[in-house]
Amino acid sequence: MSQAPETGRGPVVTPVRVVIALCLVAPFVAMLWVGSYAKADPVVIGIPFFYWYQMLWVVVSTVLTMIAYKLWQRDQRARSTSKGGAAR
Amino acid sequence: MNDGVNGVALAVFIFFFLLVTVMGFLAARWRKAANEHSLDEWGLGGRSFGTWVTWFLLGGDLYTAYTFVAVPAAIYAAGAAGFFAVPYTILVYPLIFTFLPRLWSVSHKHGYVTTSDFVRGRFGSKGLSLAVALTGILATMPYIALQLVGIQAVLDVMGVGGGEHTNWFVKDLPLLIAFGVLAAYTYSSGLRAPALIAFVKDTLIYLVIAVAIIYIPIKLGGFDDIFASASEAFGQTNPATGAPRGALVPGDAGQWTYATLALGSALALFMYPHSITATLSSRSREVIRRNTTILPLYSLMLGMLALLGFMAIAAGVKVQNGQLAIPQLFENMFPDWFAGVAFAAIGIGALVPAAIMSIAAANLFTRNIYKDFIKPDATPAQETKVSKIVSLLVKVGALAFVLTMDKTVAINFQLLGGIWILQTFPALVGGLFTRWFHRWALLAGWAVGMVYGTVAAYGVASPTQKHFGGSAKEIPGIGEIGYIGLTAFVINVLVTVVLTFVLKAAKAPEGVDETRPEDYTADAGDPGVQTELPPATAGSTH
Repeated sequence: MSQAPETGRGPVVTPVRVVIALCLVAPFVAMLWVGSYAKADPVVIGIPFFYWYQMLWVVVSTVLTMIAYKLWQRDQRARSTSKGGAAR
Repeated sequence: MNDGVNGVALAVFIFFFLLVTVMGFLAARWRKAANEHSLDEWGLGGRSFGTWVTWFLLGGDLYTAYTFVAVPAAIYAAGAAGFFAVPYTILVYPLIFTFLPRLWSVSHKHGYVTTSDFVRGRFGSKGLSLAVALTGILATMPYIALQLVGIQAVLDVMGVGGGEHTNWFVKDLPLLIAFGVLAAYTYSSGLRAPALIAFVKDTLIYLVIAVAIIYIPIKLGGFDDIFASASEAFGQTNPATGAPRGALVPGDAGQWTYATLALGSALALFMYPHSITATLSSRSREVIRRNTTILPLYSLMLGMLALLGFMAIAAGVKVQNGQLAIPQLFENMFPDWFAGVAFAAIGIGALVPAAIMSIAAANLFTRNIYKDFIKPDATPAQETKVSKIVSLLVKVGALAFVLTMDKTVAINFQLLGGIWILQTFPALVGGLFTRWFHRWALLAGWAVGMVYGTVAAYGVASPTQKHFGGSAKEIPGIGEIGYIGLTAFVINVLVTVVLTFVLKAAKAPEGVDETRPEDYTADAGDPGVQTELPPATAGSTH
């Protein structure tokens, strides 16, 4: 995940980057743990839990990816300005 | 289905078909390129697409006959097990976010047009590059075949050819015509044709989904009734297997299969040459990241469409071939003219990705086989010509898959392609992040994965077929049933890692790496990154 030119730009692992990683890993944990959602109840508007829960995760993972994107942009900007914008 | 030709639906279908054909030819003039005979121009649309066009392009090949026909058909046939496509598409976005921007950067810095280009540049190995190219071409064929099955299902339901009793030529003639049209406009205008047509296609698809998802449940008495009748249908014993037909919720035994299918498919998706083509067409690496935040719109559509499988059951659609379930549902529920619109959406929705896929496979052949091994001094005009011919041949190869393999479980076409393409993951994604792997170890791992995957898939029988009857099998050492592609991938990685240690200890030559760490983070506007001009077509090397 650490995609910045790493040399001399501060630590590779920062709290922000940990949050970014968590945002990107969360969908894998949620979706691959099938046992956590393989059930029919509660039913919402007639749709069993199994189905609406996964559809809900489409939205959740979108939000998480969006957060990761925003954080990443900020992270990159902060790094280039701390070096006075002299990127290369 | 056998009540003759549905004239109104057919007329509407043909209208839209003609519309996109005309658009395809006009596309050649759209944002006209300086040099249309270069491969970069024909195959990558000049690499100048922004967020929205890229989004349409990516969506165009991610959501296809797979979405509209194969997934709902799997749900119709077996219930919950087919819904793995939803977690599959959810997992795709974090993956895109993580590695595709790096691929974009290094490709635009060094002028790579294909994954093979990158692998050769990174590992200095022509053998590995050839392996990646061959795998890409092979794996694309069954995926295109799936699109053909989708079109065939639509034509069958409309009463054009098809059916059980006609001879094979009458049955397949409409299919051959459809692909003749596709081949013709792909041939003349390259990637610009599918990009423009994708707008028509997605508009149609959104319209049809919106109507289907609101109108059909209301007509069927709401989701309560739909799931109740589905539950009843799945409870009945299947005479062929002696087990219940399916389940609304996967049982303990099916959970490994469900998870491995989702993960394996997600990892495989962006190994396909056509996905890479679409990605490299975007204007900057930021476009790719922005895209991951809007692509999930397509996932929601996929989930909704999957539920149509249950609606087909509730509506009393009874078909031998599950692929016909959704087209038949549309014909039963919609007025004829709107059924025609829906069929056009499915038909064009299969044609666009088929075009993109065959172009991508053709690029691979030309650059990494023809130019590297057959005719190194080919002129740009020759390259473009070879690409165009190969894109036709790939379509013919796909036709062969359709005509020879069992079409009733079309989702298996895509899963079979996945088994193969996944074996290029260690070289490509591994290579994007580290140069630690040894090139010969990667090649050996690839070979072991390909052999294991193919042999295992060959050995899976189904009630209708002795070989290639499914894509899941017992995982050695774990004992659960899992996706063969993922098992093969794990074996591949193990072999690669072990051999890398061995080869490094033996001081085997590493090969030349022409990339540098900062190449993987370069963006449009950085020195040496060319976004608009073709950086490394044949023209620039001569």
